[in-house]
Amino acid sequence: MDASRERELTPMKNRTRVERTSEREVVVTRTFNGPARIVFEAWTKPELLTRWWAPKSTGVSLLSCEADVRTGGRYRFVFGRGASKSMECFGRYIEVTPHSRLVWTNDEAGDGGPVTTVTFEEKGGKTLLVLRELYPSKEALDAAGTGMADGMCETFEQLDELLIALGAGVGRS
Amino acid sequence: MVQSLGARLDASFAALSDATRRGVLQQLGRAEASITDLAEKFHMTLTGMKKHVGVLEEAGLVTTEKVGRVRTCKLGPRRLEEETAWIERYRQRWDARFEALDEVVEELQRKEKADGRK
Repeated sequence: MDASRERELTPMKNRTRVERTSEREVVVTRTFNGPARIVFEAWTKPELLTRWWAPKSTGVSLLSCEADVRTGGRYRFVFGRGASKSMECFGRYIEVTPHSRLVWTNDEAGDGGPVTTVTFEEKGGKTLLVLRELYPSKEALDAAGTGMADGMCETFEQLDELLIALGAGVGRS
Repeated sequence: MVQSLGARLDASFAALSDATRRGVLQQLGRAEASITDLAEKFHMTLTGMKKHVGVLEEAGLVTTEKVGRVRTCKLGPRRLEEETAWIERYRQRWDARFEALDEVVEELQRKEKADGRK
């Protein structure tokens, strides 16, 4: 119907696909309209990361973003809403291969955090990006989905719902 | 019990296709109830309500437990909904980031082209 017609007419919208490939692993795939070196650059320069890692639609912003993108280098992202600091993400890059592969740890959740592997594969001027998150256990992965480990977005959404329920016009002033 | 996703979807949609059964789910969302309570609430015979609860139970939407002579019903594990909701939340989080990343990639390419022309 309307929705399918719209899909036919919208040219080349790249879809984000998510698959849970095992009890401990989730895989996200997405194509980007640019060469691998450019997409890689956007993942490895802090000033560029800042512009997309916490998009407006989540209502959260990156207050600071430090990333020493070298094998063994560390990163620390601080998220917040407005000026209030709310959550930190940090870890270590364990593999950095220019334009093709990034691997880092997510240490803010202690031992429960995943190891994230991103690969960049260029084909005809476009880049196929594959992001794998391997968790130490099924329980840790399940918890990530319910927003306990990587939960700032959900937390804020819940807060929004609560504020609406309470009839408070916060955030619009 | 292991069922395929397709089979679980079929069972869920079949269970939800009936107004009484949707009403029963709403009711159980508020509080547990016995089959007798539910039959009274929905003006049905005990046998009729048992059938509806059976369909909901089959779909995993409701669980029942018999204590003495009373069978108590409550909302079931709803594994299907949790599973799909989980994936969807994960997908939305990355999709939002990637849409913003599209813009950065586009801009970097524009800049590169402009620099190349100098």
